[in-house]
Amino acid sequence: MLETKNLMLSIRDLHVSVDGKPILSGLSLDLPAGEVHAVMGPNGAGKSTLSYVLAGRQGYEVTGGQVLFEGEDLLALGPSERAARGVFLSFQYPVEIPGVPALTFLRTALNAQRKARGEAEMGAPEFLRRVREQAAALRIDFEMLRRPLNVGFSGGEKKRMEILQMAALGPRLAILDETDSGLDIDALRIVAEDVNALRGPDRSMLVITHYQRLLDYIRPDRVHVLAEGRIVASGGPELALELEREGYAKYGQEAA
Amino acid sequence: MSLARAIETGDLAELPSRRDEDWRWTDLRGLLRTLPPKAGPLAANSIPAGPFQADEEVLVINGQGPSDIHIEAGEARVIALRLVSVGDVAYACRLNVSLGEGAALTLLESYESSADGHAAEIDLEVAVGPGARLERIVLAGDAAGAVLVSCADVGLSPWASLAQTVLTCGARRQRLETRVSHPGEGAAVRLDGVYLLADQRHADLTTVVTHAGAGGATEQLAKGVATDQARGVFQGRIVVAPGADRTNARMGHHALILSDRAEIDAKPELEIFADDVSCSHGNTVGALDEAALFYAQQRGVPEPEARAMLTAAFVGEVIDRIEFEGARDVARRWAAQRLGASDEL
Repeated sequence: MLETKNLMLSIRDLHVSVDGKPILSGLSLDLPAGEVHAVMGPNGAGKSTLSYVLAGRQGYEVTGGQVLFEGEDLLALGPSERAARGVFLSFQYPVEIPGVPALTFLRTALNAQRKARGEAEMGAPEFLRRVREQAAALRIDFEMLRRPLNVGFSGGEKKRMEILQMAALGPRLAILDETDSGLDIDALRIVAEDVNALRGPDRSMLVITHYQRLLDYIRPDRVHVLAEGRIVASGGPELALELEREGYAKYGQEAA
Repeated sequence: MSLARAIETGDLAELPSRRDEDWRWTDLRGLLRTLPPKAGPLAANSIPAGPFQADEEVLVINGQGPSDIHIEAGEARVIALRLVSVGDVAYACRLNVSLGEGAALTLLESYESSADGHAAEIDLEVAVGPGARLERIVLAGDAAGAVLVSCADVGLSPWASLAQTVLTCGARRQRLETRVSHPGEGAAVRLDGVYLLADQRHADLTTVVTHAGAGGATEQLAKGVATDQARGVFQGRIVVAPGADRTNARMGHHALILSDRAEIDAKPELEIFADDVSCSHGNTVGALDEAALFYAQQRGVPEPEARAMLTAAFVGEVIDRIEFEGARDVARRWAAQRLGASDEL
């Protein structure tokens, strides 16, 4: 078990059911610190279930297996505790929060995490200075952050807000669930650049996607194929290109 | 038949009961087996500061104190009207508020109590002169054991306006009623409310707006939260009388039920007897958005704080409509404190 020391995330034989129906059945995956791995698969393979179960959403029943995050039992922690440890999920469909300005939401989240880690809360001036810089780097109009989070935002704006939150919260493990969906090619390039800027030796990423095009911009260290609730193949970046060419048919499911 | 009559006569048969259609969710006869003793004359008492800051303060203790507030034509004033109950007593009182032509009044009305078991009815007769403007903010911070009926009867003149926000955390049984005679003719009404109810508290927001003339506007937004075994009642009636053509009225009531044993009763009613009117109502009762709750938790906000933040934001929409800034801040802090949220929103 020496190698677990370098693993950010280790998923072993994970079984998950939703409403009594098995969705993940024996999924195993290792993600070393500092690496970016892609999880690709057809619709219905369990990609979103994987992201939600790692983030701790209710309604996803773990019926077997283990998930270690930096050696700790991730599944024993509640969602906000996981966030404070450094787990970040970029949602496929970011949620609108009426009545809570984006800045207020982000500062509440940041300081809740810092408090949970025993760190001092960040004061308003430093917080605003940092977010102003991060928003400028993402080409997000700072005035937009005074509006209720995601309310009336376009699909692309919502995805960029996710990446801004990721930059501001500085997670150890970022799970990007279909971050490319709803983005045109220019928005995709900007978002990918920002994701790439956040790559580092202490940060791992799990990029969950149906299509290969996001991986033209976010180059993964490894690619895993998720089909019928398990990882059925793993390889280098070339595997993504092969899937793009040949589809998922040979993994037992039709390409959707 | 009213709580005031019952207190005056000592006859419990005068209490409104569930057999009265307008009182079926706020039954007083079934609740009160006896009335507390009538309030007597009061020795000068030290009363702690009220919730609102204003240069002018009108203090009414156990129904005793000034009974008239008059704003001269063209004058603009901000007045804190404090209705304070001291001791377990029963009382009823009546106040008159009048605004001359073109006057402006911000009335910061608070219900405060230092004891737990009083029963009181407070009736306000309000006359708003032509082109005058009343913003009324009511903060009912009553004791858990209190029984309170507050009924404001507002008569508007042409081109007058009433903007009202009622904020309450309920009581043993509490009815906050507003009746508006709306002349149309450029007059405008906003009737908002927020109720935040816990434990076994009860609050009833009842409003009746009668549009008697053509071209009037009424805008209403009430939001509430009930948890534990609390009960919230919303009754909103808008009557558009024959001839009140081109009336524009919108009513919304939205509530969150945060426990299995809490209850919300809502009755929006539109009675339209005129032509070419634009009237609508929306009414929803539901739970907190689970997707938003998980989203906030995923970003690191612990569940109780996430619930408080989302609930405060839910009622914040109503509070943001308060025009008088000092009262808006008081309302925000009040809601945050009741909900256990940070008051940064």
